[in-house]
Amino acid sequence: MSAVEARGVGKVFSSRSGDVVALEGIDLTVAAGEFVALIGPSGCGKSTLLRLIADLDAPTTGELTVFGKTPQQAREAQDYGIAFQQAGLLPWRTVTANVELPLELHGVGKAERAGRARELLSLVGLDDFAGHFPHQLSGGMQQRVAIARSLAERPSLLLMDEPFGALDEMTRERMQTELVRICAESGAAVVFVTHSIPEAVFLSQRVVVMSPRPGRISAVVPVNLGDVRGEGLREDASFFAAVTAVREALHGTPVTARGVDLR
Amino acid sequence: MTDLATTLAPERTAPVPVRPRERSTVGRRILVGVLAVLLLAALWELVKVVVPDGGGHLGEASVLPRTDDLAMPHVWDIVDRVLQPETSATGSPTVLSAMLSACWFTLRVALAGWLVGSIGGLLLAALMQRWQLAESALVPWVVLSQTVPLIALAPLVVGWGGRIHVGTFEWQRWMSVALIASYLAFFPVTIGALRGFQSPPAAQVELFRAQAASWNRTMLSLRLPASVPYLLPALRLGAATAVVGAIVAEVSTGTKGGIGRLIISYAQSASGDPAKPWAAIAAAALLGLVAAGLVSLLGLGLGRYRYAEVR
Repeated sequence: MSAVEARGVGKVFSSRSGDVVALEGIDLTVAAGEFVALIGPSGCGKSTLLRLIADLDAPTTGELTVFGKTPQQAREAQDYGIAFQQAGLLPWRTVTANVELPLELHGVGKAERAGRARELLSLVGLDDFAGHFPHQLSGGMQQRVAIARSLAERPSLLLMDEPFGALDEMTRERMQTELVRICAESGAAVVFVTHSIPEAVFLSQRVVVMSPRPGRISAVVPVNLGDVRGEGLREDASFFAAVTAVREALHGTPVTARGVDLR
Repeated sequence: MTDLATTLAPERTAPVPVRPRERSTVGRRILVGVLAVLLLAALWELVKVVVPDGGGHLGEASVLPRTDDLAMPHVWDIVDRVLQPETSATGSPTVLSAMLSACWFTLRVALAGWLVGSIGGLLLAALMQRWQLAESALVPWVVLSQTVPLIALAPLVVGWGGRIHVGTFEWQRWMSVALIASYLAFFPVTIGALRGFQSPPAAQVELFRAQAASWNRTMLSLRLPASVPYLLPALRLGAATAVVGAIVAEVSTGTKGGIGRLIISYAQSASGDPAKPWAAIAAAALLGLVAAGLVSLLGLGLGRYRYAEVR
């Protein structure tokens, strides 16, 4: 069964100054275990699409299912984990307690929670910071806590909305490498919103390119850079080729390869 | 400043220590409070020295109060009067002991009122957070409630209370006073709690929604802890207003035993014994400070929730 199935999904935001069509005619299938990046300029509706999948908003038209269920059922069944651009950690909770939050909200026992939190913190490399409070961590570390939290319930779908958007380039690349590893280990499907082309290419198996006004899918670029993706891949010709392909899809015209701007 | 000790000790369940900076803040606040009282006394004496006894006049109009010893007794005279017996009758207690027992009475009534008002304020804020409609409908009434003069309310409350007899329970006069005090205290708590409940950023609220957390759960695990930095000042303000409310209510309901009543009875001897009413007024002001200070103690155990406040 596919993780996400969208058929003709549209979303209209009504406001006093008139209706804004955020999404129109979105058809998208994300297979179980597949990593899909949504990329596009601001206002193309990529975050809106993610919010529809997460049932934080409801689609105006079309049909959207998550593991064959409605988004609401999937949310209530905790089929997905979610991470936003802001880590959104609770400042009064320790790192451990923040990671445990989803488990605590669903009545998982204390011992099991502690065990799972330990596991997750070592997964994101924060074992030594379990008892710290969020304000004692750097932005990158906070984001890693948020990712650990999104994995707490072993979701088979991860929804990520520019989770590395606020990080510096070096931290960002390290986090991307870690995310590839984490996803390979957990086998979860991922829908990853970004506006960085290299990030989308490095992480995903398919890059969904979107265009604004109204938000639509303009192209889908398959990227197959293999399961093991290390730092070396960033210098590889296949990586540059995929970046070029996505850039061309994004701009709608072939771009000359000279003076390639990786951002 | 990062707390080195916390950074180096990766103990899992270590509670956040009250930071040294915060502890010194408590000490400093007490010091500043004492200094403020001393400054006020100094100003009082300065006015007595600078302004002529008959007060300041601009043509026919009097613009500054009289400053002779009858209108403004010296600070030391007031302090001295506090230590003297209340009346010349033999066996009369000192003014100090009379005021202390009156303050104790008023403090208890005010705290009862503060408790009722705070609980009511919290519930009201929760209701308004729960339903947008309730917020739009109730906020104007909450604001309006504070424009009703307490003196107009007092006899009504006493009248209603007097009719309450449930089994062995009988409405006491002090309960009316506490109820009126709570009427003043609930306002800052309602407003503060509502702001606090609405303070979590969208990312946190949506996280709870994404976890399919119920409203109750979101309230307990997110909104309530997040509201602490807003609630503490509101509760402190509520305590001070509860004392004011209790004093005014004592006077307007004619309740005996409290500092409000003492101010009135001492004021009757103002012409012959001017230091006495001033002593009672000073005691009432100090009582407000004490009540607010007591409530501040609540914050000591809540260090980890006050990150936003102490940063």
